[in-house]
Parts: sequence; C-alpha cells; structure tokens
Amino acid sequence: MENSFAEQGRWRDIDNLLSRPGNIVGPGFEPSPQLRQEIGEFARVLVVGAGGLGCELLKDLALSGFPNIDVIDMDTIEISNLNRQFLFRLQDVGKSKAEVAAKRVMERVSGVNITPHFCRIEDKEINFYNDFNIIVLGLDSIEARSYINSVACTFLEFDSEDNPIPETIKAMVDGGTEGFKGHARVILPGMTPCFECTIWLFPPQVKYPLCTLAETPRTPAHCIEYAHLIKWSEVHSGKAFDPDDPEHMQWVYTQALKRAELFGIAGVTYSLTQGVVKNIIPAIASTNAIISATCALEALKLVSGCSKTLSNYMTYNGVVGTHIKVADFVRETDCLVCGPGTLIDLDISTTLSQFIEILGQHPKLLVMKSSITHRGTNLYMQSPPILEEMTRPNLHLPLHELMGGVPDDTIHASGMAVRDGKKTSCLRKLRVKFKGLPDGTTEMGTTSVCKELEPDLN
Amino acid sequence: MINLFKIKDKRLQDAGSANGRPPVKKQSAGELRLHKDISELNLPKSTVISFPNGKDDLMNFEISIRPDEGYYLGGAFLFTFLVSSAYPHEPPKVKCKTKVYHPNIDLEGNVCLNILREDWKPVLNINTIIYGLNHLFTQPNHEDPLNHDAAAVLRDNPRLFETNVRRAMAGGYVGQVHFPRCI
Ligand SMILES: [Zn+2]
Repeated sequence: MENSFAEQGRWRDIDNLLSRPGNIVGPGFEPSPQLRQEIGEFARVLVVGAGGLGCELLKDLALSGFPNIDVIDMDTIEISNLNRQFLFRLQDVGKSKAEVAAKRVMERVSGVNITPHFCRIEDKEINFYNDFNIIVLGLDSIEARSYINSVACTFLEFDSEDNPIPETIKAMVDGGTEGFKGHARVILPGMTPCFECTIWLFPPQVKYPLCTLAETPRTPAHCIEYAHLIKWSEVHSGKAFDPDDPEHMQWVYTQALKRAELFGIAGVTYSLTQGVVKNIIPAIASTNAIISATCALEALKLVSGCSKTLSNYMTYNGVVGTHIKVADFVRETDCLVCGPGTLIDLDISTTLSQFIEILGQHPKLLVMKSSITHRGTNLYMQSPPILEEMTRPNLHLPLHELMGGVPDDTIHASGMAVRDGKKTSCLRKLRVKFKGLPDGTTEMGTTSVCKELEPDLN
Repeated sequence: MINLFKIKDKRLQDAGSANGRPPVKKQSAGELRLHKDISELNLPKSTVISFPNGKDDLMNFEISIRPDEGYYLGGAFLFTFLVSSAYPHEPPKVKCKTKVYHPNIDLEGNVCLNILREDWKPVLNINTIIYGLNHLFTQPNHEDPLNHDAAAVLRDNPRLFETNVRRAMAGGYVGQVHFPRCI
C-alpha cells in the first residue's frame, strides 16, 4: 500500500504536465490523465552511451515516465568513472556500463524496463534502430554521432514535393559536454539540421606539428604526444597503440615523463597523459546533469507535445558565471545525409552512360562528367585512370540492374556543375525512380504503390 | 513541429521502412566526400595510386611517388592513406612505407607535413596532400626536422646530404642505419 502511494506521488508532477491544457504547448497536444500511460505503451527510447551523460539520461528518462528504454554502450566501467557515473560502484569495475546502468535504474524505479546492449553501435543491424521513436545520444565522439545520425537519416523518406514523410522521421536528442560547457539539441531529420549539416560546430581536435614534438617540445602535452605518436612506433614496430590498454597508457606516461625531464618541462601526470592521448577534457558531474535533464525533457516534449521543443540547439557555458543560449540553425537543403536530393525519373532500360548524359542536361543539375556511387559501390569513376578502367564496363549496363533491381533508391554523383559559364566541382544526392516496371503504376511513387510492387520484383 | 504521439498507430503497423524494403545504411558524408575527391584526382606525373582492397574501398589506398627532380630523383616511395569516417573534418592518416633518409620523414614513416596535422582544413583534399608529399621530395626542409641527423647534414653540408641520399636509395648504410634499396 505504502509502495503504491509512493508510486502515485512519483508521477504526480509528470501527470500534471500531461493532463492540463496550456498556451505554450506544442501543436496538437491532447492533454489527458491517461497520457503518461499511453506514452508508456508505445514510446521506445534508445539511449546511446552509458557514461557520464548516459547514467544521468537513464535516470532522468526513467523518472520522466518512459518505462521502455534500451541502452547501448561497448565500454566497461573504469575506476576513474566512479566520481560522476553515479550508477556504478567499486565492485562494478570491469563490467559492462550498459548492463550495470540498466540494472541499477531498474532496482530504483519500479515498472521501468531497461534493455542493455553491450556492444558497438556498428554491431547492430540498421533495423534495430528503427524500433525506437527517439534516439537520445550521450556520446563524446564525432564519429559515433555521425554514425547514428546517418543511420537515423537512412529511415527518412521524402514525397514527390521533397517534403519529409512524417512517419519516417527518426527524432534524435543529442547531448554533449566538455568540462563546464555543454550542448543539447533536437534533430528531426528533414525538418531541422542534422548532425552533418552543422558539423562545423565541432572544433577540430588540436594537433601539434610532428616536428615540434620531435625537436622543440615546450609543454607537457608535447612530451605526451611525442611518446604516443613517435616513440611508440619507434619501439613497438608494427604493434598498434591501444588507448584502452592501461599497460600501453602507462608506457606512454613513463616515456613522456622521461622526455619532460630531458627538456626541463614540468606537469606530465598519468591523468594528463590519458587526457591528451584520448582527447579527454575533464568531465564535470553537474554539467552532465544539466545537459541530460534538458535532453530528457526534450524527449518527453517530443512524444507528448506538452510543450514546444527546443528549436534547435542549446549551448550551456558555466565557465564564467552561467550562460545559456539557444540558436535556431537552419538545414542545409543540399545536405548529403538529410537532404531530399534531386528526384529523377528513369526508364528501366537507361544505361549508366545515358544516365550520366541525363545529369548533364537535367535543368536542376547540369552536372557534367559525373562519377557515380551507389551504397558503397562505385559504379563509375572518371578518375583516376585505374578506377576508370575498372568501372568502364558498367557504362553500357542498365542502371536499374546495377542498382540491384530496386524500384527507387538514393544514388550520388560527383562532377562539374556549370553555372553562369563557371565550372565548379560538386557532389549531388539523387533520388532515382524507375518507370516502366511491371504493374507500371509508379507514377507518383507513393508508399503503398512501392509496397505492392515489391513481390513482383523478387 | 512533429508530434510523434500522433503517428503511433502508423508506426505500430509499419515496422519496416515506408517503402517496404529493409533499410540499408547510406554512405557516410565522409565516404561521399572522399568519393568526390578521388573522382577528381589530378595526379602529378610522378605519382601512381592503387587501391589494395579494390574499387569500392576508397578509405584505404596507396600512392607511389617517383620524384622527377632533386635529391630523390630515381627513387620510389610508397605512402599509405587511411581515411576515417570523420573525413574531411579530420585529415587522413598518412605513413611512408619506404624507409627513407629524409629530414621531414622519420625512420618509422611519420611524415612532417603541416597540412596533415596542424594546418589541415576541410576545404583541403586528397590532391592537396599528394602535391604536398611530392613537394617534400623536391624541397626537403631542414627547418621542420623529424630525422634530426638528416636535417643537420642538409643544413650544414648539402653535398654530403646528396651523397647520403644516393647511398640510402641504392640500399646501404648512412651512419648506423641501413636503408633498403628503393631505386
Ligand atoms: Zn543534414
């Protein structure tokens, strides 16, 4: 009895939020006392990363009324995580972050079911990601964000007017922190800028000139990078450096220390060595908490409509005082990942070389001398000669056949665009749609038509 | 703004993608940009490119440079390129696989070329790097040394440097270090 009373108390505030109308709610918000339960029935959230942000996110989402959560992380718990990754204890060191985090949250929040996935994000089938309504990212690398972003955009489809089809939009909420700074953003592929549209927001990693490292080190970081980038390969010929191997890290630290002594440089420590080699900026627990809370709230707003969502990129800066700013970035309409691309109708008999001709005449493109790539297969390369020769036999084959007989798909062309007499090199995304397929009714190429066609093609 | 709740019914009945086919991951922005770079390569005469994993893996490739002038005339130098999915945000990793007596390339194959590290910008491309590497052979530079000894000899005694380079390329010792023949 006591328990269920506590349970009701736990959800009181969320239920207030979801059951009352208001004038700053999102479009189409339908408040109801059952809304939390309804969300619980259909909303599936994937949390990517179970580290500093991930621990916070799982706790926040579980307490915000999401009973079905999955979490994916390939990392195991290290002793240095324990100060801020509060779901982990000393006896957990060496165990899977995803598994321990899931277990701990389920112990504390009854009725919540968290499924852990102890693996790399690339290990999952693409379709795994399609099961979720929202993907929440608590990551620290550009590569991982870029990967999840491209997977989420894979599901995105456009109608013949280049508008995104709403049910194919895979919402993402991305959080990130670096010391006292952080960001939270909402990505609705096709509607708001995707990760790739705004990749310039991420400052490139600091890279010191190798000759400075070899010849004139001036800082502790120079000594560490010397040991990591130059000394390692000199001594361990052929053996790759593994930043996750403590023995490797210890070796680099010892060498860096020797180097620092030689040049009279102070300040090389083991944790600085880890920081420089892995490009880690010390994590601040409260920054993670602020950013995660923002992300969890955005996830709740996305599924319920109880308030307008962040539009679309929030930065938090706690270095000097506290400063929060929201920027409304715009989509790159030509984005190769989230953009619609140019729709081109083709006959199934069109050969690759005819297709390349068509791209040169198409009024929206005017791209000459195209090289064509389709899902990782290079169909034709204008250069270098060695690849041109290897791909030349494809030129006289029907494109439909080269693309594996699909009724429509995305394909990319690199070539020279001619605008106002000027040539500029360009890369274009194209949505190819074939006419004259059996059944012959693909005119507008609607979803249902494609579906009906499928059995005939197989 | 999208209301996900509105489309829950649609989603439940529609587990696959909207066109009924299982989705296949698209190429990453980095792979596509690399495709563009490679398809626009305009190699100097001295350079030959090859793709050890075939025409569909552009992320790993090799170039061989045969300098047509300068100290290294007649030699052949192999470089490997490893391009990450964060390209062009991150530069490719380039290593020299031919052991060479050179002030800006160390005996492990690390290359000191500013655009490979501190001066890399996403507007640069593979062609820029290949020209930069060619330049290293026509204009070796004692001011950015990775091989300290070679740099000192180039600075103080260019004639001895030339002799050392010839000896190394022919397959011989410079000081204590042996260099395999690369002519
Ligand atoms: Zn985009």
